[in-house]
Amino acid sequence: MTSLTKPGDRKKARIDSLAEAGALSDEEGVSLWRSAWHRLRRDPVFLIGAVIIAAFVILAVIAPWIAPHDPAARLLIDQRTTQNPVPGPQPGFPLGADDAGRDMLSRLMVGARQTLIVGVLATLGGFAGGMVLGTIAGGIGGWADTIVMRIVDVMLSIPSLLMAFSLAAMFARPSQWTVILAIAIIQIPIFARLLRGSMMAQRHSDHVLAARALGVRPAPIVFRHMLPNSVGPVIVQGTLVLAVAIIDAAALSFLGLGNPDDTQPEWGQMLGRSQQYFNTHPEVAVYPAVCIIVVALGFTLMGESLREALDPKSRR
Amino acid sequence: MTAQPTADPALDRSARTAPLLAVRDLTVTFGRGRREFRAVDGVSFDVAPGQTVGLVGESGCGKSVTSLAIMGLLPARGNTIGGSATFAGEELLTMSGNELRDRRGRDLAMIFQDPLSSLNPVVPLGTQVAEVIERHKRVSRGEAREQARAMLDKVGIPDPTRRLKEYPHQLSGGMRQRALIAMALACEPRLLIADEPTTALDVTIQAQILALLKELVQDSETALVMITHDLGVVAGLCDEVNVLYAGRIVERAGRHDLFARPRHPYTGGLLASIPRLHEERGRLTPVPGSVSDNIPWEQGCAFAPRCSSAIDVCVQQTPELVPDPGHGPDRLLRCHNPLPAPPTAAGSGQPAEEETP
Repeated sequence: MTSLTKPGDRKKARIDSLAEAGALSDEEGVSLWRSAWHRLRRDPVFLIGAVIIAAFVILAVIAPWIAPHDPAARLLIDQRTTQNPVPGPQPGFPLGADDAGRDMLSRLMVGARQTLIVGVLATLGGFAGGMVLGTIAGGIGGWADTIVMRIVDVMLSIPSLLMAFSLAAMFARPSQWTVILAIAIIQIPIFARLLRGSMMAQRHSDHVLAARALGVRPAPIVFRHMLPNSVGPVIVQGTLVLAVAIIDAAALSFLGLGNPDDTQPEWGQMLGRSQQYFNTHPEVAVYPAVCIIVVALGFTLMGESLREALDPKSRR
Repeated sequence: MTAQPTADPALDRSARTAPLLAVRDLTVTFGRGRREFRAVDGVSFDVAPGQTVGLVGESGCGKSVTSLAIMGLLPARGNTIGGSATFAGEELLTMSGNELRDRRGRDLAMIFQDPLSSLNPVVPLGTQVAEVIERHKRVSRGEAREQARAMLDKVGIPDPTRRLKEYPHQLSGGMRQRALIAMALACEPRLLIADEPTTALDVTIQAQILALLKELVQDSETALVMITHDLGVVAGLCDEVNVLYAGRIVERAGRHDLFARPRHPYTGGLLASIPRLHEERGRLTPVPGSVSDNIPWEQGCAFAPRCSSAIDVCVQQTPELVPDPGHGPDRLLRCHNPLPAPPTAAGSGQPAEEETP
């Protein structure tokens, strides 16, 4: 995303951020995160991403109240004919309806909620699992590192699709939980490796050596001196993984591995249903697809600019 | 200062009889087999309470490795440590990790070269100083914080109450090094190892930090091992100086002796490469070559390839570290062809006089 900004803009942004840093140093308690925040506030890329995500989250929260119709009600089922399986736009239904006569706009709005829940929970799950494994591997090192990293290697070799199929089989039927679990598990290795790598770098850093030279015990070394200095890249990765998780969830739902209950709309599931009408009514596929792309783009823009703002190379 | 070695009767008689730290034949080898590299090769020295001993030499001569080995901070794998280092009669090199960890920070402490990278960037200063106090003293969190504040005040950090809440990047370089000194001395250790504490600082701050160290060390009878490549630092602070070259001590002398009468050509070279204020300007005389030009000590004197007074025997026979004839037992020298005793002769450059950093 950095290539989108002109060199002149970046230079200006850097000067601004330097000026801000100077002004800030008089205040007390300016942390790395706060100075990153001051840079981000002026970063157009971040702002675009943030606006998209904010709109998406707000929509997901309030959708059931502002949706014009019940997303599960087959209101236009009468208009459905064999020649025209998908009712088109009409007063009260600006985007028309799906093949079961349910209002498209309402389904898209309510679908945001499912998408957000699946994306966030899957990412949090992957993040939590990755933090645990990465902390064990990078914090203890030695044999623990070897064992954990081999487990991670095995996890990394399982394709997400296979994981989702296996989990769906394990739980007797696919549901949004199997999707969340499948995506969380396949994200764990990414977080674990990233955290382990930055913990390894911290292990040999000067301030860890200095803390050891003053007798600080291993647990505080790991949790106070290594972990807080290592999570930056992992958190940034989290925002980027959110985009991937949303796309993956849509893909799994598209393939019928998501929530089979279509009274709870979800974008990937809507996309899956629309494929049989794609030749005659591409718009029913385009609506959910655009939603998925825009939201994934929002998380990617935010993640990339966050990464840049926290990058020590561009900071000083 | 509470229960300090001042109660030790041996101290009153002679510092020499009861060294606090006794390093004997310390050897550190990295790697093994054909790729073996001996970073420290039979280094021995004593530090008495209240004494300041300098380890001097250029990069790669083994001075930092020596200190890390004493502190037990070398990585657990990939190196072999031989010899002995006793602290108040206890062997440090074979001590268990837990025992040694209890002593680090409480009995022996260390400060490092780069004050910014030696502080945790995401933790406020007060928390970092208090952490060391809480670790070694049985005090409440609030009491530890109060002691941390007092310690910052003691090392000359203005407005310590405000600084406690600040992060390392908000402090100047000198402040950071003062903070590190505060952390190292927070539990009144009996031995402080300072590894190039002034190298990353500018000259005026260097002088302040050295003065601070000197003051704190003298007040509390703390033994200090000063590791530096800067003879100016040595001149201001050290009682005794060990000059290291390629992992071995090549010359040991009191500070005045070393500056007035350097005997080893390497020491002479180091002295000649110091800029002096009050003398006629000229080009500084560097020591030719670099440490990479070494030959192994087994094949003669490691410094011989760079030495202007090398003679045939220097590349045939390894010189031993022996008392320098005519200079008493405390002055040691490892050289076949030392510089002549009067300092005006070739090699030492100009008449050496004591200088302040």
